[in-house]
Amino acid sequence: MTSGAVIAGEQAADVGGERTGEPAGPMPITLAKALNLGLRSAMAADPKVIVMGEDVGTLGGVFRVTDGLLKEFGEARVIDTPLAESAIVGTAIGLAMRGYRPVCEIQFDGFVYPAFDQIVSQLAKLHYRSAGRIRLPVTIRIPFGGGIGAVEHHSESPEAYFCHTAGLKVVACSNPADAHQMIQQAIRSDDPVIFLEPKRRYWEKAVVDPGSPGEPSPNATGGLHSSAVVRAGTDATLVGYGPTVRTCLDAAEVSAADDGRSLEVIDLRSLSPLDLEPVLASVRRTGRLVVVHEAPSNVSVSAEVAARVTEQAFYSLEAPVLRVTGFDTPYPPARLEDHYLPDVDRILDAVDRSFGY
Amino acid sequence: MRGVTELMQLLTPDGHRITVVSRARTTELDGSPTAPGGSRSEPPPGAGLPAAGPDSGPGGGEPTIVDIDLPAYVADLTDDELFGLYRDMVLVRRMDEEATSLQRQGELGLWASLRGQEAAQVGSGRALGPDDMAFPSYREHGVAWCRGVDPAAVLAIFRGVNLGGWDPAGHGFALYSIVVGAQTLHATGYAMGMAQDRSPGAAIVYFGDGASSEGDVNEAFGWASVFAVPLVFFCQNNQWAISEPARRQSRTEIFHRAAGFGFPSVRVDGNDVLACLAVTRWALETARAGRGPVLVEAVTYRMGAHTTADDPTRYRSSAELEAWHRRDPLDRMRTHLAARGLLAQERDRRLALEADTFAHELRARCTAMPDPDPTSLFDHVQVTENGLVAAQRSAFAATLDPGET
Repeated sequence: MTSGAVIAGEQAADVGGERTGEPAGPMPITLAKALNLGLRSAMAADPKVIVMGEDVGTLGGVFRVTDGLLKEFGEARVIDTPLAESAIVGTAIGLAMRGYRPVCEIQFDGFVYPAFDQIVSQLAKLHYRSAGRIRLPVTIRIPFGGGIGAVEHHSESPEAYFCHTAGLKVVACSNPADAHQMIQQAIRSDDPVIFLEPKRRYWEKAVVDPGSPGEPSPNATGGLHSSAVVRAGTDATLVGYGPTVRTCLDAAEVSAADDGRSLEVIDLRSLSPLDLEPVLASVRRTGRLVVVHEAPSNVSVSAEVAARVTEQAFYSLEAPVLRVTGFDTPYPPARLEDHYLPDVDRILDAVDRSFGY
Repeated sequence: MRGVTELMQLLTPDGHRITVVSRARTTELDGSPTAPGGSRSEPPPGAGLPAAGPDSGPGGGEPTIVDIDLPAYVADLTDDELFGLYRDMVLVRRMDEEATSLQRQGELGLWASLRGQEAAQVGSGRALGPDDMAFPSYREHGVAWCRGVDPAAVLAIFRGVNLGGWDPAGHGFALYSIVVGAQTLHATGYAMGMAQDRSPGAAIVYFGDGASSEGDVNEAFGWASVFAVPLVFFCQNNQWAISEPARRQSRTEIFHRAAGFGFPSVRVDGNDVLACLAVTRWALETARAGRGPVLVEAVTYRMGAHTTADDPTRYRSSAELEAWHRRDPLDRMRTHLAARGLLAQERDRRLALEADTFAHELRARCTAMPDPDPTSLFDHVQVTENGLVAAQRSAFAATLDPGET
């Protein structure tokens, strides 16, 4: 992380105070609002931060994550762009070369592919190509995942494409407090960050301190790229990120109540680079690991986790690393998505299978 | 400057006069530019651009003719500066020839020759000022030269010792872009930033007839236009995208496309260094003045192969090559300088000697470039440390023989 320090006190007053009509102290807010407040803090802290994307200005974004930013920061810093994803990322690269710190919104996961070349061949590689002379502090926000009954291209989980690309950082927030902190940390990063937002969790509430300047979460030890134990347990380990962290926590509740099992739940938070130390430490205690995500299984984040845990904690494993994922099909029509998405039953079934070895 | 205007072959390759077209919405474009370096010269008879005929404008909208007084844009050139443009082209061609030889001898992995495009590149490159920022494709060795980039640094890319060895900010010259057209969006964003910073400069982005088909180029056209960014799109139409002729890219003239995006464009004889200089100066002035982007189509010809890996005899005729050979940009400038008495035998001889010495030194510096330290392949993946890469670097370093690092 860079040291682009945010002056916490004053920011907090602006963000949570009179201007926005919010109470200043910790309060329950939605994940979408947490992102909004995080963005607002980042923009207030650094005049070089620019928000750009489709409908992010006047409308405030289709999920209202950028609500109010245009009014507060003006057209020069909150830019309603043409419907051109490659151009959103490509011009953000040019702006970053000029010293700006763009935050791009890609409206939905399935719309990121037109920008693929700019992300993978340009954004990710220019620092390397220039032998370090060029820094591209670009954050690309992408609402991802399913579960909202949407039409095609609105429910995908494209993270593996970006994790596979050197030069990109990929993170996924799972709760309001992390969302508020991680978006600020991502914007302060001097590396490009793919910032994945669990869209079906946008409206879930938790207590957030709007004055928090993006210090590491209490659960996470090492800043943006650290994973976090979000429920302690002793019998088996569940690993999720983004929208499936809540599903894993629900599964742990049910398992405790019904089966008397104590499941540990870890939120990866950072998908590239991976912080597997908490996972390895957990597996060394529990001996059993189930990795859960919405993306298909083939060549996925769970495949990487399984490979590395097998390599680094082989003698601690009582069972193979198991995975609960979306199927290796295109994302199905909305009326079938409940069958596609990992749920509590599928997770507990995998836990049962793990105990069956 | 009668001699200058005489040289300006304001013609298309087919012999038609250049047409300068803009849409009605850009009528605020001023027809009376301030000539660089001083007062506007009296345009010689017939030197201004002709009013285009009814068939010269783009479809849709009402075409208006921008009467650019091109000669005024090069009226300030001294005799030494005129000769300097020729010297630039001679040295850049000599560099190109040396690089081709180096590739044939195994010292470069590949080379993309600029032969035939010297006038377009030197003319536009010398129009740039210190506040301007150029975004090249991968054949802009002549522009690199004009921006003060060490030619050896350009060769280093093709030798495979690095991926881009110059400081883009220091030279006002971005790194080469091998994915054609991608750089047009970087230039557009950079120009947005320039406008926001109230920079006195403008950006210029180079691309080719092939790239004009890419989505990124068309997104850049639209974006640059709606945000009115200070950007010159400089298309070198060198007639060939590897084996595909320009007519496979577009059924309209490339410069006509700007009209559909709502900004002015001009087509210029890309083998006329003075015309390219004048047009680019005009285009940059328009951009710097906050009037939005301009598209320049410089009609030129790739006299060599696409790269040293290409065999152009498979797709184009020797007659075509011969026709373009007669329009060689260096010969035309020689003729012009000779007619003005600026190419004395002694000066010409000294330039030839300078070019040979330049090439000799460039060759020596190229062949002396060592392979990079093996572990440097792990450098600069990201600004902040990545544990996976660090672990791979350590493991890799441990496999190297002592002295290899």
